[in-house]
Amino acid sequence: MYGKGLRPLSIATVAMLALALSLVFFYAPLDADQGFIQKIFYIHVPLAIVALIGFIVGGIFAIAHLRTDDSRWDAYSYVSIHLSVIFGVAVLITGAIWAKASWGHWWVWDEPTLVSFLIVFLMYATYYPFRYAIEDRDRQARYASVFAIVAGAFVPLNFMAVRMAQSLVHPRTFATADGGLPGEMMLTFLVSLAAMALLWTTLVKFELAAKSASGQVKRLRRALDAPPSGPRSRIAPEVS
Amino acid sequence: MNLLIAAPALPLDEAGKYVAGAYIVFVVLLVVYVAIMAAKLGRIERELRDLAGFAESRKEAERANGQATPGREAEEVATDV
Repeated sequence: MYGKGLRPLSIATVAMLALALSLVFFYAPLDADQGFIQKIFYIHVPLAIVALIGFIVGGIFAIAHLRTDDSRWDAYSYVSIHLSVIFGVAVLITGAIWAKASWGHWWVWDEPTLVSFLIVFLMYATYYPFRYAIEDRDRQARYASVFAIVAGAFVPLNFMAVRMAQSLVHPRTFATADGGLPGEMMLTFLVSLAAMALLWTTLVKFELAAKSASGQVKRLRRALDAPPSGPRSRIAPEVS
Repeated sequence: MNLLIAAPALPLDEAGKYVAGAYIVFVVLLVVYVAIMAAKLGRIERELRDLAGFAESRKEAERANGQATPGREAEEVATDV
């Protein structure tokens, strides 16, 4: 069920990523201030936006889970947060590389955008131990949903707080008095953003399909009463 | 903080290393994730093959013993929901 449409989505993602990379390196002009280093912007910022929206989407799925008590929504919420955490790792690493090249430091602690993203990332890093510390499946799903909703609400609040901090170090790209990005750069950025959003969606569907297949194998094994070990030791034990 | 704002653009040969580094990090993370997922799917495929073999061998054993009763497996599946 989850794997439906995965192939065309994967092809669209690869095509969009290829288009985005072509635009980044062969179409978008060099930045007058940062030069070639600014090319990191086209991967770092879309990754950050998609990761943060993914956290919020995870919270919305969690609301659906609490409203309907349907475990499918819990799976959607879990996978959305999981993929966003992975994207968050990429954001932190690419951001650190950009900071080193631009500012000469891997990390700057007095820059609100960096620190706030780190706080959001670390908060979601606690989602896994929090979730798996609870053994009962229903309680685990319910508590994880509450966590996802509260943390998901924190993400836009955190974003607004950072915007209000008025830092001059992290450039405000889209809403400046000078008019923001020029046309070619904006087009490249939007294509990169679409490529990252497609990648996130594809990976979410991929992971959901894998989880669904794994769950069906477990159900099949229970139905067949197959021993988890013994003569057929290649049958893996159930993983909670 | 003002020093950071005034940091000059790096020359292309030096900037290239950082840009390549950022994009390589992204690709490596993606490849690692896909490799982990491929390993998981491989495990699921092996389990399915084992279960199919198990089901076939059980059916054959039941047939050989003359104990095979139609509809029994369907009952087992139904009671497990």
